Amino acid sequence: MDNIAGHKSSLTWAVNISVVVIVALWLFPTVGLFVSSFRTADQIATTGWWKAPFAAEQNLVLRTKAPEDQVQEGDLYVISGNLFDEEGRDRLGISAWGTSSRDVAAYEPGDTVEDDEMRITLAKNGDYRVESGVAMEGRRGERLFVTALVPPEFTLDNYRQVLTSGNATDSMAKAFFNTLTVTIPATIIPIVVAAFAAYALAWMDFPGRALLIAFVVGLLVVPLQLALIPLLKLHLQIGIGKGYLGTWLAHTAFGLPLAIYLLRNYMAGLPRDIIENARVDGATDFQIFTKIILPLSYPALASFAIFQFLWTWNDLLVAKVFLIDATGQTTVMTNQIVELLGTRGGNWEILATAAFVSIAVPLVVFFAMQRYLVRGLLAGSVK
Amino acid sequence: MHPALQGLLTIVIGVGACLAYFWASNQILDKVLFPAKGPNAGRNINRASMIRPWLFLFPALFALTLYLAYPVLETLRLSLTDRRMGGAWAGFDNYSQMFSEAKFWEAMRNNMLWLVVVPALSTAFGLIVAQLTDRLRWGNVAKSLIFMPMAISFVGASVIWKLVYDARPPGTEQIGVLNAIYVFFTGGEPQQWLTIPLWNNFFLMVVLIWIQTGFAMVILSAALRGIPEETVEAAIVDGAGPFQIFFKIKVPQIYPTIMVVWTTITLVVLKIFDIVFAMTNGQWGTQVLANYMFDKLFRANDWGVGSASAIIIMVLVTPILVWNVVQARREMR
Repeated sequence: MDNIAGHKSSLTWAVNISVVVIVALWLFPTVGLFVSSFRTADQIATTGWWKAPFAAEQNLVLRTKAPEDQVQEGDLYVISGNLFDEEGRDRLGISAWGTSSRDVAAYEPGDTVEDDEMRITLAKNGDYRVESGVAMEGRRGERLFVTALVPPEFTLDNYRQVLTSGNATDSMAKAFFNTLTVTIPATIIPIVVAAFAAYALAWMDFPGRALLIAFVVGLLVVPLQLALIPLLKLHLQIGIGKGYLGTWLAHTAFGLPLAIYLLRNYMAGLPRDIIENARVDGATDFQIFTKIILPLSYPALASFAIFQFLWTWNDLLVAKVFLIDATGQTTVMTNQIVELLGTRGGNWEILATAAFVSIAVPLVVFFAMQRYLVRGLLAGSVK
Repeated sequence: MHPALQGLLTIVIGVGACLAYFWASNQILDKVLFPAKGPNAGRNINRASMIRPWLFLFPALFALTLYLAYPVLETLRLSLTDRRMGGAWAGFDNYSQMFSEAKFWEAMRNNMLWLVVVPALSTAFGLIVAQLTDRLRWGNVAKSLIFMPMAISFVGASVIWKLVYDARPPGTEQIGVLNAIYVFFTGGEPQQWLTIPLWNNFFLMVVLIWIQTGFAMVILSAALRGIPEETVEAAIVDGAGPFQIFFKIKVPQIYPTIMVVWTTITLVVLKIFDIVFAMTNGQWGTQVLANYMFDKLFRANDWGVGSASAIIIMVLVTPILVWNVVQARREMR
């Protein structure tokens, strides 16, 4: 349409470039976390994730063979070998090295250094030779600090640790199943309940209908924070305590206003003829609802299902109040991550991976069902 | 039992019970109470259809009343009682105690900041992106990438942004993007962004703006599509430039939608809890009302003041509630 007046917009380029910049800005943080989840703890701690595809200078601590392997050559005791081979690493090029942690880059490769009555020589490729006038003692080899160019390395170890390690604080497997146990019923139950209610509000005639619709619309904005104390008290009184049942009920109720509102708007827009014909043919409302309305409402049901799924999967507050008890057996992923932030705030390999495990499912759902999500948003917000 | 199996079992019971209610209650109504045959068939059908709406509505109304309507009143009552006096009537003591706390006013001030900044910037960015991607060939791809953070939990987003804000000691390589850029361009010392008073609030707000821009964009771009082409064509014929078309023709026409987006994001902001809880937990002057309330309830174990602060959130929401109901009633007519 910009061309209607016969003039090609000179802004096209500017628009393209600015959209590229905005998209890059929006993606950048997430990509950072994603890349980090595949890097080793050392790599994350020493270089920015945006340097992950490139080789990076890193300080390694390597050990020579233990004194028990020393060989006597004349009056010298000698240990020799290759530093990288001892640790089972690939051979890297050494750019500097040292014998103490205070100055890790004191010497050039090829230098020979006197240290504690020993002469240590280290070549660029990691070959070393330790000589001493007296027999060397101790159980472990000499520690050497080496600066080397380490090629990029990606690993699935983080995921292995987060998903399968027995370590209770790191393990996400249990939290993953707990989250599923919360999410699936908390998605299905409100849909069923809301669909029946929405049908009644849209197509059944009874006194007080308009008032009930206003009631639902009003509840759309009630902050769920208000529900925390009274309901926690109630749950404890009637014996549900903290547990799945209470959490499902809470999620169901908090999701209902939006569900009823969306579904009622959708159902009210369905053609009146179909329903009246079915009534004339003697169908009860229950039959009309299950055989006609439900199949026709599929798009609206799907869009609400996605909302409710994302919302319950990502929820922290409801789970914290109604679900997680002192035993910690029923923790959900969001809570697990918050706890990791507290206990392992610096361990980005664990944090990044744990966060990505919890993000992955909603992202898959999001990209697969985006069409319905957008449709639902539009139905709810634009009239 | 394996947690997966245990989960599956609880799911089947939970969902099954819900389905069973609707099926069984309607069966009883149709087969036992008022069967649609026999001498009273006609009367029975009428009776059944008087009762059925309430069968359909009952679970929803029950849940809404118990979980949303009743708590409003109960929280109001609790906010006027005192925990230490065994729930005795305390009048406005909780409120006066709360109003005398510096932390509460900090939360109020921050909440107001959030309320001004986040809806405004999210809506503005959303509008800009919606307009920019409108005629782009790859516009839909760009839109879904910007929309993506909507699927990420507030907690996940907090972790993502914590990595962005990460700071390493001066002299070492920075692994947080923000510090890497800051050190590279200014040569200064790396900053602990989340501990800088006042500014740290804005660093937290960035997270929510990042999430909500996609939402604003989707709705506003649908609204932009809905603008009748004639008005835009007329403006072009009259010699309007692209900026004039945008600000003088398009924006006024989608003004109602902008308001809807604005209020929706305002509601999200009023309830914002997870981001602050996960990133700073209200330290360094970043407290907000919802987190203040959580603190009072579950750390200080003081439901009096906790309820009072919940009521403050409710009061802030009320204008939107009234507006919503008025709008809905107008549409019904």
